[in-house]
Amino acid sequence: MEAKNTAIRLNSISKAFGSVKANDNIDFGVKYGEIVALLGENGSGKTTLMNMLSGIYQPDSGDIYKDEQLININSPKDSFAYGIGMIHQHFKLVDVLSAAENVALGTKRAKGEGLASLSKKIKTISQEFGLEIEPDKKVYDMSVSEKQTVEIIKVLYRGARILILDEPTAVLTPQEIEKLFIILRKMRDSGCAIVIITHKLNEVLAISDRVTILRKGQSVGTVKTQETNAKELTELMVGKAVELSIKRPQVEKEKNVLEVFRLTVGGPDGLDAVKGMTFSLDGGEVLGVAGIAGSGQKELCEAIAGLAKVTEGAILYKKENIVGKSPAEIIKAGISMSFIPEDRLGMGLVASMDITHNMLLKSYKDGKPALLNRKPAKKLAQTLIKRLDISTPGVTTPVRQLSGGNVQKVLLGREIESKPNLLITAYPVRGLDINSSYTIYDLINEQKEKGVAILFIGEDLDVLLELCDRIMVICQGEVMGIVDAKKTNKEELGLMMTGEKMAEVAN
Amino acid sequence: MTQTPLTKKASASEAPIRIAKREGLSSRRAILLRLLTFVMAIVAGGVFIAAMGQNPIEAYKLILRGAFVGSQRNPLSSIQATVIIFVPLLIVSIALSFAFKMKFWNIGGEGQMIIGATFASYFAIFHSDLPHFVLIALMFFAGALGGAFWGLLPTFFKVKFDTNETLFTLMLNYVAIYIVKYLETLTSWRARAGFASIKHFEDNAKLMKIGGVHIGWLLALILIVIAYIYLNHTKQGYEISVVGESQATARYAGMNVKKIILRTMLISGAICGLAGMIQVSGIDYTLSTGMTGGVGFKGITVAWLAQLNPFVMALIAAIFSILEKGSGVMQSTLSISAAATDVLQGIILFSFLGGEFFTRYTFVFSKRRTDK
Repeated sequence: MEAKNTAIRLNSISKAFGSVKANDNIDFGVKYGEIVALLGENGSGKTTLMNMLSGIYQPDSGDIYKDEQLININSPKDSFAYGIGMIHQHFKLVDVLSAAENVALGTKRAKGEGLASLSKKIKTISQEFGLEIEPDKKVYDMSVSEKQTVEIIKVLYRGARILILDEPTAVLTPQEIEKLFIILRKMRDSGCAIVIITHKLNEVLAISDRVTILRKGQSVGTVKTQETNAKELTELMVGKAVELSIKRPQVEKEKNVLEVFRLTVGGPDGLDAVKGMTFSLDGGEVLGVAGIAGSGQKELCEAIAGLAKVTEGAILYKKENIVGKSPAEIIKAGISMSFIPEDRLGMGLVASMDITHNMLLKSYKDGKPALLNRKPAKKLAQTLIKRLDISTPGVTTPVRQLSGGNVQKVLLGREIESKPNLLITAYPVRGLDINSSYTIYDLINEQKEKGVAILFIGEDLDVLLELCDRIMVICQGEVMGIVDAKKTNKEELGLMMTGEKMAEVAN
Repeated sequence: MTQTPLTKKASASEAPIRIAKREGLSSRRAILLRLLTFVMAIVAGGVFIAAMGQNPIEAYKLILRGAFVGSQRNPLSSIQATVIIFVPLLIVSIALSFAFKMKFWNIGGEGQMIIGATFASYFAIFHSDLPHFVLIALMFFAGALGGAFWGLLPTFFKVKFDTNETLFTLMLNYVAIYIVKYLETLTSWRARAGFASIKHFEDNAKLMKIGGVHIGWLLALILIVIAYIYLNHTKQGYEISVVGESQATARYAGMNVKKIILRTMLISGAICGLAGMIQVSGIDYTLSTGMTGGVGFKGITVAWLAQLNPFVMALIAAIFSILEKGSGVMQSTLSISAAATDVLQGIILFSFLGGEFFTRYTFVFSKRRTDK
């Protein structure tokens, strides 16, 4: 291949939000026919940097060059005009429209060009790169990976030759990730410049040609992928050597702390979100739950916590059926749930309140009858800040101003402090950096050693395989199988996640 | 905007000013900014007065004199009149702030006041022979009950069927007004045949006075403290904040969200009802459709300007009352039209609101080089 031309070059870009420097003098570049991974922990400024290319933010200082020409990008519209397309972590599609309609939204159509010719154009684009799409399918009927495909076609249709993908694999199964990578390689070979934002090392190694690593808003270097390895990348990313294995202590078990029997729970759309799930969980055991997002994880958690209406089945906690009890009663019985939703704050914490007041959420009813006693909560807040190394200006800082990792430490810390017998934790490391993630795994193991029964809803299969004792795979609200974490692998889990029962996998 | 051409010159231009959210504004600077806002509001009003050909300083002097300096015979008369405006405004503002803290948009303060007043008036008209203290106590209770009932109506539908409380509370204001209009047609309620007005209260049903003004002012002051403690230092107050911030979180914490919403609106409505009772029994001595003087709506502004802090609400309600009482005097002395004084009040209020913008946002002037 001939010498590649630089598509985009960023020259000492800085961007601050208030007193926080999100980007500090960052240099970055991507050539045509190249995939560059932008690697960094959460809050290291990856998305901020790319948002300046897509016109969402403007840099405080520094220059952007396209094809070695100085440009200014003031709006997403400018960005499109320069042929830059960004695929965001959260899809920006209109549910009730078809794929083709979504693609055409916001573009000018030539005279006489109807939906039919649009569909044809989409087909041409998709064939070129091996994208699978039905132009007339409505978005609400699509799986996550199909929606992603629409997003990709959307930017290609607008003539983007420079593509930025923000954490594109976060929502995909292993098989879907492989498919996406094949498409990305095809795009690269046809001369597109591709930037992929991620914090997953194995993906960086699998797909990219070069890696630029960001740490705390600064660029710590760019390396060729072929000349590096996971260990070196982690060290660059974290700033020090990190032990990359998760412990799995063996603990004496207390049989069947939780037994779920033929549980059926309604979902938001009127259909059953959980369909006849049966499983059991011992004290001192971590049961992992694997599944594509929206397979009934949330409803399962909420049913156990007494928040969702159970239409059928029983939930036995220490041999007692807790279906129909109020959330307050269930909390009192020693069941604690922490669910980290996508926005990380929507449930479990109040964003505008400080750590003390968030501690109060679970304990405010204690003490004197009517008046609020803040003292124990404040003390607990101070203890947690010290013990979990939560970085915050103080106990009076609103939780909203903390970084994601610290927010999650606050939440999980509070749940653990309530000394539960059963801990349900959903996505506890969602979006966390490596260090914080390991702190959380340690916390979970610590609880396990205390004999707590733990239901761990996860998304990263590698973590589930290392941390859990058993893994339950669910698909569309049904249990596909429960496997021993030591005797299974990612491929098997991936197949079950997409709906193959364990028996079929065994063949 | 049309597509920007991709030549270097055109594209190298950049928006020179951006609006950015302020973060971590120190409380001292925030207070300073607000003071500045206040001054700016006064100046903006002054410009308007000057535009009408009057001396702004004289006009403001008249407003202050009108609000505070009474007649020779009764030097307190003006202050008393200002307090009379102040009391219902403050009470209703506090009532609304309970709901607002919960992000429940109660804009039915008017209706809750009227129904509270109606319930109270029932006892004033039909049981005026009761002993004074019993009657007043009963009227207080009835006022609170009426307001609570009118507040709970939309709330019940909100928690049961998730109806829109903004529309519902607003519409109930009109229903309340027409209920009073209906009562005006009944022989047992109306004053005289042929006149659409309700009987005057007997002296027995009139609120007692302290310092020449009905005791409502004392109750309002006590209410400030109670509301502050309730919202900031009780478990129920904490529940209100959590529900207001995130109902999902409240449910996760085991709170009974529906119960909390109903309870809070019961309180909010009841306090509005009390304001209505105080107005009819302390000032009007009769029930009428115009009894609220619009405080159900003005209270919304007061509550938000004070960011739901009862003490600050008292301050802002006081400013509003001074402005209203004083500008009446200014209007008659300078013979400015009533509409013009309304405009003046509007300008001052608008500047206030504009100032809030600056405490929350700031302008960033671009320092970037736009060319090499």
